[in-house]
Amino acid sequence: MANYKMHILVCGGTGCKTSESDMIAHNLRSSLQQHGLADDVQVVMSGCFGFCEKGPIVKVLPDNTFYVSVKPSDAATIIEEHIIKGRPVQHLLYNDPATGEKISESRKMDFYQQQYRIALRNCGFIDPENIDEAIARDAYQALGKVLTQMKPQEVIDIIKRSGLRGRGGAGFPTGLKWEIASKVPGEEKYVVCNADEGDPGAFMDRSILEGDPHSVLEAMAICGYCIGASQGLIYIRAEYPLAIERLKIAIRQAREYGLLGNNIMGTGFNFDITLRYGAGAFVCGEETALIHSMEGHRGEPTFKPPFPAEKGYKGKPTNVNNVETFANVPAIILNGAEWFAAIGTEKSKGTKVFALAGKINNVGLIEVPMGTKLRTVINDIGGGIKNNKKFKAVQIGGPSGGFLTEKHLDTPIDYDSLTEAGSMMGSGGMIVMDESDCMVAMAKFYLDFTVEESCGKCAPCRIGNKRLDELLEKITEGKATEEDLSLLRNLGQVIKDTSLCMLGGSSPNPVLSTLEHFYDEYLAHVRDHRCPAGQCKALVHYIIDPEQCVGCTACARACPVNAISGERKKPHVIDQLICIKCGTCVEKCKFNAVLVQ
Amino acid sequence: MSTINITIDNKTLQVDKGTTILKAAQKAGIHIPTLCYMHLEDLNIEHKPAGCRICVVEVAGRRNLAPACATECTEGMVVNTHSLRVLNARKTVMELILSDHPTDCLICPKSGNCDLQSMAHQLGIRKIHYQGEQSTYREDTSPSIIRDMDKCIMCRRCETMCNEFQTVGVLSAVNRGFMAVVAPAFEQNLDHSPCTYCGQCVAVCPTGALTEVDHTNQLIRTLADPAKTVIVQTAPAVRAALGEEFGLPAGTLVTGKLVAALRRLGFHYVFDTDWAADLTIMEEGTELLDRLTRYLNGDKSVTLPILTSCCPAWVKFFEHQFPDLIDIPSSARSPQQMFGSVAKTYFAQMLGIDRKNLVVVSIMPCLAKKYECTRPEFAVDGNPDVDFSISTRELANLIKQSNIDFLSLPDEDFDNPMGESTGAGVIFGTTGGVIEAAVRTAYELYTKKPLPRIDFHELRGLDGIRQATIDFDGLKLNIGIAHGLGNARKLLEDIRAGKSNFHAIEIMACPGGCIGGGGQPLHHGNSTIIKARHKAIYLEDSNKPIRKSHENPYIQKVYQEFLGKPMSEKAHHLLHTIYFDRSKKSFVVTQE
Amino acid sequence: MTKVKTLDDLVRLRDELRQKLEIREKGDRSEQLIQVKVAMATCGIASGAKQVMDYFIEELPKRNISAVVTQTGCMGYCYAEPTVEITLPGKEPVVFGHVNKDKADEIIEKYLKAGELVDGIIPQTFKKPS
Repeated sequence: MANYKMHILVCGGTGCKTSESDMIAHNLRSSLQQHGLADDVQVVMSGCFGFCEKGPIVKVLPDNTFYVSVKPSDAATIIEEHIIKGRPVQHLLYNDPATGEKISESRKMDFYQQQYRIALRNCGFIDPENIDEAIARDAYQALGKVLTQMKPQEVIDIIKRSGLRGRGGAGFPTGLKWEIASKVPGEEKYVVCNADEGDPGAFMDRSILEGDPHSVLEAMAICGYCIGASQGLIYIRAEYPLAIERLKIAIRQAREYGLLGNNIMGTGFNFDITLRYGAGAFVCGEETALIHSMEGHRGEPTFKPPFPAEKGYKGKPTNVNNVETFANVPAIILNGAEWFAAIGTEKSKGTKVFALAGKINNVGLIEVPMGTKLRTVINDIGGGIKNNKKFKAVQIGGPSGGFLTEKHLDTPIDYDSLTEAGSMMGSGGMIVMDESDCMVAMAKFYLDFTVEESCGKCAPCRIGNKRLDELLEKITEGKATEEDLSLLRNLGQVIKDTSLCMLGGSSPNPVLSTLEHFYDEYLAHVRDHRCPAGQCKALVHYIIDPEQCVGCTACARACPVNAISGERKKPHVIDQLICIKCGTCVEKCKFNAVLVQ
Repeated sequence: MSTINITIDNKTLQVDKGTTILKAAQKAGIHIPTLCYMHLEDLNIEHKPAGCRICVVEVAGRRNLAPACATECTEGMVVNTHSLRVLNARKTVMELILSDHPTDCLICPKSGNCDLQSMAHQLGIRKIHYQGEQSTYREDTSPSIIRDMDKCIMCRRCETMCNEFQTVGVLSAVNRGFMAVVAPAFEQNLDHSPCTYCGQCVAVCPTGALTEVDHTNQLIRTLADPAKTVIVQTAPAVRAALGEEFGLPAGTLVTGKLVAALRRLGFHYVFDTDWAADLTIMEEGTELLDRLTRYLNGDKSVTLPILTSCCPAWVKFFEHQFPDLIDIPSSARSPQQMFGSVAKTYFAQMLGIDRKNLVVVSIMPCLAKKYECTRPEFAVDGNPDVDFSISTRELANLIKQSNIDFLSLPDEDFDNPMGESTGAGVIFGTTGGVIEAAVRTAYELYTKKPLPRIDFHELRGLDGIRQATIDFDGLKLNIGIAHGLGNARKLLEDIRAGKSNFHAIEIMACPGGCIGGGGQPLHHGNSTIIKARHKAIYLEDSNKPIRKSHENPYIQKVYQEFLGKPMSEKAHHLLHTIYFDRSKKSFVVTQE
Repeated sequence: MTKVKTLDDLVRLRDELRQKLEIREKGDRSEQLIQVKVAMATCGIASGAKQVMDYFIEELPKRNISAVVTQTGCMGYCYAEPTVEITLPGKEPVVFGHVNKDKADEIIEKYLKAGELVDGIIPQTFKKPS
């Protein structure tokens, strides 16, 4: 067997794979082959490193060199310079935007310094398609410990003491959930992993499944042991082909080792896991809708109670947890409830994974201790706002989270503080907006999503969200009145108050929170027919400032509808009747002569 | 059962554990409005999807409003059913529902009979503040039912009837959100689905989304055609329900007024489907005895049980869902169709007119009967035995259109020869009646002895599945009864599995039998109405001078003059039928 | 693949497999470990640097020393190849010249184990700790 002296990890997450990380790995291997180093250096496709902004990521070990934005053509250079000559490839190192210095080790980067990885502990470290690497990192040790040394209630007590709460959105205490399911009598019970991650821009669960599937499989088995279930089901959306593939491999390998199946580790405990595919309906993240979908019925929620713990899949007691929740469990068992409970805040323990996106420099996947300030996440980890613009708002918790503003930046990230501030933890989407974003248009953007994803079962969500959306449309077109704003607020509150499930129960949040924090912006649209951010097309005009225009003709050549005319070297003019407000001229103008008013 | 103390609108009361807020409030004399909710208590059907959110109430300590129909009371719960927050939410939700509903109430077939309309009135909606796009969907017309989904409010009652009660499984919500609509699989039209046209979806639809195909205009035109002789037959269940449309209490028998009204509408002869029911008993009873005797004599080619075949929805159900069992039901046609084929032969001859100039109309409590008229096997050279069928509701409307003051009509008698019937024919209108009528006749034919008693209470009732053993002078006949196709399915699955020990089974598709048919006056969720009609049918039976089909003199006459004897070749030709495999597999083949 | 039949099996399996990931684990905490950098430019390789590097990689685990062995480029002391730079945790790097297997053995035994300096230090880079 090869005795590798060095390892090269190539990010095999969906994002980096889209940027040809497969080809990078392939080129690295063939370059090693050429130089006769195939037995000295191991190339591994790992899970996501999280720093997606700078992907694809390649990491060289043991010297821990972190290369960013690597292209397949860089592979030969990495081998020839770094591996053979021992010289880190300078142009692939991360450039610290604050100091301008090259940083070669990830742990010295701001992006990683404030992070604490529990759920993501193995992501970007192991080859997710090789169970041996997971086992080397203690996979299934917690299961072994639980099966051989503990009673189910003892395990439940540990989870309860750890303070772990559901990471899917609602934040229900996990230990309590398990306890309830364990106490419902029943020969046949089910453990369900909710991998129906549906928030736009969220990929926490996908990354965990792609990077460390065994952590979830192991936790499901532990949960099965606790509640008395021998069957696990993972409900995963079919749009996650890589996660599905890696889960399939992981389940197969775990079965081969006997870590899933009958009589696990000789303890007489049986547990196996199968996959169920969802068609990508957001509402199927709601546990009753998820269960109906798995049963082959229409994916729509039903009134609770009965809760799944009493009457779930096939009418049997069922415990549903989200991917990230499960991923925390083995670490808690091995390190102890007190270790976990020491991280985070009083009521929110441990860490939370966020998908950081929007107008922020470091887009990516991060895991921070609960209680970390929003400011730290946005400014330090996120590297601040893109293009030196001003921060305006951050939207947390998926499409139905509320918007938080400048004054909330010192809010600690935990379930209760976020709810109190008018947003929610949700599953962990975090989208940052800058001064150029129109809050009415953003609220409409999220509402468009919930309108699309409502199942249509209850009237307030089915019709109410549609009407909300239409009101917002009216506002962005400058056709609304101040009375419409009060209708908007009343309707938003009624939808929240009367919807059947939390999709409708939270879908008006973006509208209600922007109404609260950015009422002036709404008023500007309604009263002055003006969009302060210049985003609402119906309310803006593109004009050319004759003082600034040098007549370079760049805009006129780029205009897709030939709305711009003017002689060479003389100021140009935009014909407002023809202009479709696409913004191409603004992008093309090098002299800031195109004004949006 | 433990009890719980709760407070609703400042009234404290004790309720059983498991009671919903809605039921508890009713107990306290507080009527929380509901729209999608439906509870047919006597039929054991409770539909509470908690979808319309009209019944929301404020529960102290809860973040959101709670649907009263689905929320169970808990100890110490404090409920407010009409706070400002509740009333505002309820009205806003109602406005939302109305904002996605056509406002053509004036010309809607459901006008005046629409739950949505009355709710808008009850909640005092005077303006719809939220206006916008309305969801639209193509109209779907089948032989019996029209789907106008623009008027659907997604209460999903039809789904509960179609899927849970009938287990037909045709109607289900498809698409998402604002585009969600209740439709057959793959959004096919009803006539491309296994729909049985039982009409229970129509019977529970709160709006004009599901209605019957209206044949009243066709009837008006036909009656005005001087070239036609128009005769009418009226089903037993109609007389027990029609009065409701004129404000009479449920269960009022209006047989005499019904006849008088039909005569005033201009029908040339007013006949009774009950007469044909008696004829059905002669055929079906004889077939039962024939199969039974051969079976008892060891004839392996004979299978039991024999199943009744009067109900067209039931017939279509087994043709789709149990095609492997299509040899088991009686081959006897339904009374409607027996009437039609006899009328267009025997009676046409009597009048000396061509069948094409004799129009047979039926008044039925049923929507599947409309479809049954169109089955090609029930026509001669394209001329149907029964030209068309109109429902009890349509008849009531036509009587009103024709300026007839129904309540002041005198009681009149049916015409002859096809108007005289027995009590046995009457009880066809409710669950258990067909088999009781068959027992009354078969007993005497088999034992050659007079019946010791005429009322078989063990065959009556409203339980979904019932069974009884009747002693035929030593021969113990096991009888099963089911109403509702979901209940029928259970009996059929036992037969398929070889676990059934019944000799004869009666099946009716609708709850309570024909009295609860899809063409009857709407019960609006009040199942005591069905109970009252049930009682009325047996009252009519007990008032009849003759109560056994084989004693009907006009039945005896038609055999003497025309048919010969039961199961004769002529009877076979005119009064029996065959069934078709309509399962998906054969359906696909016929499509190609 | 052999079945894991008991928890002991799993623990044994993990301990075996851990070595495979040792390089990565070390990378994660390289500051706390002894770092051995072998200059592997053309001059170094020509003078036998590869053999020296292999010697370190094989010998260190045998002698229970946890260290990160990596290669580096030419340090500019071509006259003294093979050269090896060693950094003890919290200390300044020290460069040794003319390292062969015997020298390597001496470095391991004296400098790595006991912190004693041995002959062969390239003086220019050696700053005596104050």
